[in-house]
Amino acid sequence: MYTYSEFDRDFLATRNAQFRAQVERRIAGNLTEEEFRPLRLMNGLYLQLHAYMLRVAIPYGTLNSAQMRQLAMIAEKWDKGYGHFTTRQNIQFNWPRLRDVPDILDALAEVGMHAIQTSGNCVRNVTADHFAGASADEIADPRPVAELLRQWSTDHPEFQFLPRKFKIAITGSPNDRAVTRAHDIGLRMVLQDGARGFEVIVGGGLGRTPVIGKVLAEFIPEADLLPYIEAILSTYNSYGRRDNKYKARIKIMVNELGLEEVRARVAHRFEALRAEWGGADQAILNDLRRAFAPPAFRVASTEAYEIAYKNDPVFRSFADTNLAQHWQDGYAIVTISLKAHGATPGDATSDQMRLMADLAERYGHDELRISHEQNVILPHVHKSDLPALHAALQQAGLATANIGLISDIIACPGMDYCALATARSIPVAQEIATAFEAREQDIGGLKIKISGCINACGHHHVGHIGILGLDRAGVENYQITLGGDATETAALGERAGPGFAYDQIVPAIERVIDAYLDLRQDPQEEFIKTFQRLGAQPFKDALYLTGDRANAA
Amino acid sequence: MSIRFTPSVVTANDLFEGDVVYLTPQGGWSRLHAEAELFTEQAAAETALAAALAQPDRLVGAYLAPARRGPNGPEPAHFREEFRARGPSNYPHGKQAERMC
Ligand code: HEM
Ligand code: SF4
Repeated sequence: MYTYSEFDRDFLATRNAQFRAQVERRIAGNLTEEEFRPLRLMNGLYLQLHAYMLRVAIPYGTLNSAQMRQLAMIAEKWDKGYGHFTTRQNIQFNWPRLRDVPDILDALAEVGMHAIQTSGNCVRNVTADHFAGASADEIADPRPVAELLRQWSTDHPEFQFLPRKFKIAITGSPNDRAVTRAHDIGLRMVLQDGARGFEVIVGGGLGRTPVIGKVLAEFIPEADLLPYIEAILSTYNSYGRRDNKYKARIKIMVNELGLEEVRARVAHRFEALRAEWGGADQAILNDLRRAFAPPAFRVASTEAYEIAYKNDPVFRSFADTNLAQHWQDGYAIVTISLKAHGATPGDATSDQMRLMADLAERYGHDELRISHEQNVILPHVHKSDLPALHAALQQAGLATANIGLISDIIACPGMDYCALATARSIPVAQEIATAFEAREQDIGGLKIKISGCINACGHHHVGHIGILGLDRAGVENYQITLGGDATETAALGERAGPGFAYDQIVPAIERVIDAYLDLRQDPQEEFIKTFQRLGAQPFKDALYLTGDRANAA
Repeated sequence: MSIRFTPSVVTANDLFEGDVVYLTPQGGWSRLHAEAELFTEQAAAETALAAALAQPDRLVGAYLAPARRGPNGPEPAHFREEFRARGPSNYPHGKQAERMC
């Protein structure tokens, strides 16, 4: 697996020493909060409702076991024994003390991790398909390009003060698991006449003005990608709005200038930049490709797997829901659910993190991934090891077989932690998961996503069912959107109507689900397909007891 | 018609712990909402807030939070302030763990 270079290590050590001095000056009263705030945010340190919060980047969601163990250690030593994995492929620690943060950053640096560019108006942690390098449907592993982008954007002098934050997501598969259409730039690998390149999507984003990204270029050859992206950033840096924070994202620039105009301006910048780069990045990319080479796969019998699959119904259910197809024969991609029914989506205790690290080392070629859906993935497990792996996960409460089901919910921290929240998200997720546990296999594939305010960190706009928590006259109120889609067929959900009080939201979701079970053609027709076939009306009728449903009530 | 002043407490986060604190009638800072001073006059509340904002070496983000009189002292008058006074709802962490609410 890729490990950071000397340059990265020196850079991190310098940054951490600087931040340590800044914290000391803040504590000594030599820096005001106004002066300190941008400095702490640059190092991933937020002040939340009850405590500080440290956000640590996990570039393209990839970790090794030593890194996972270090996260476990940090959670235990300086936090409350757990960490929260997020939709941005980050981990957040919810309870650090200001004085301890420099020590935490040093501990992270020991394993090549940091909190840089997890905040602020810069290029944020580049996110990637969590099955990258493993999935059977993939053209090629996108992570060498993701790492190239990380190196290029880290501390980039021109792009530290963009009009607003900038998020890039990348996938090497036609099946989009990285929500590329909801990012400032989304990159989808495509082949043209056998050559690799990228479809470049621009101006997607959620938040208060949700927009599905538009295709800026259908095919940019791999060798031209970095100068092309730099041309986009540079165009945005010049023409993006700085007068109004709510109009500052690139999506607004694309809407105001029009896609054609943006395309022309980017093309113009690109000509100059391509000449300047002169292919300098391609040598680096080649080295990175070697660093991301697949592990030494094992050739062995998969009989143990087949026997367990046949004889053990609990294992079979886990295999059916939590495994995905690996490109290598005999291997599987394992998704470990951090969504046990009633638990906080995305949370893992230190013990659980250590166990996952041990299992990755023992059975998974030392690799782990964090998905934007807030689960942990072991991308390379030989099928013969799956029964033992499953048994170990069961011992730690990590064997929940619910990936892609109604209880596999994305939820942002909401008003339990977040200072910007207008309502809670976590308890809503906990209650929905518990309410549907008994019938979720029957309900089948369904994505619920919950945000605690219009910033939409919980991706509610692209949930099949989205839930947005608001403050309506001093009470929590939840708006439902229906029919959103986070994949290659991305779509924004449609607002169903008036919101529901906290104690009415689970019954409301139950009415939607009951309507779906009534309306689906057969159990193979998933919720989103039924929705696409029939439209929103029958679900609205179920929610508000109108139309045909009025009499049923 | 003038908008009526909502009774309020002065609250902030502690610089070192990040924890929520409240201005007391003695001019100190308490971690307990019930020990806060409840201001019913706008002028007095704003003077107290200004004094809090002048203590950047121990506080962050002081503001006036709506509150009401209760049997054991002031109580939060908005759900956000209830959570701040108690802690998160998914774990018994924060003030509720230390029986500070
Ligand atoms: C903890 C404090 C957090 C703060 C202060 C915060 C702030 C924000 C703000 C202001 C926006 C809107 C940006 C815009 O539209 O210009 C936003 C969007 C977003 N945030 Fe957060 N957020 C927080 C936590 C999180 C967490 C925990 C995650 C991941 C789970 C996350 C992921 C996202 C995503 C995915 C979006 C929407 C995509 C987009 O940028 O358009 N945020 N956040
Ligand atoms: S959506 Fe709102 S409440 Fe949720 S984490 Fe983002 S800013 Fe906080």
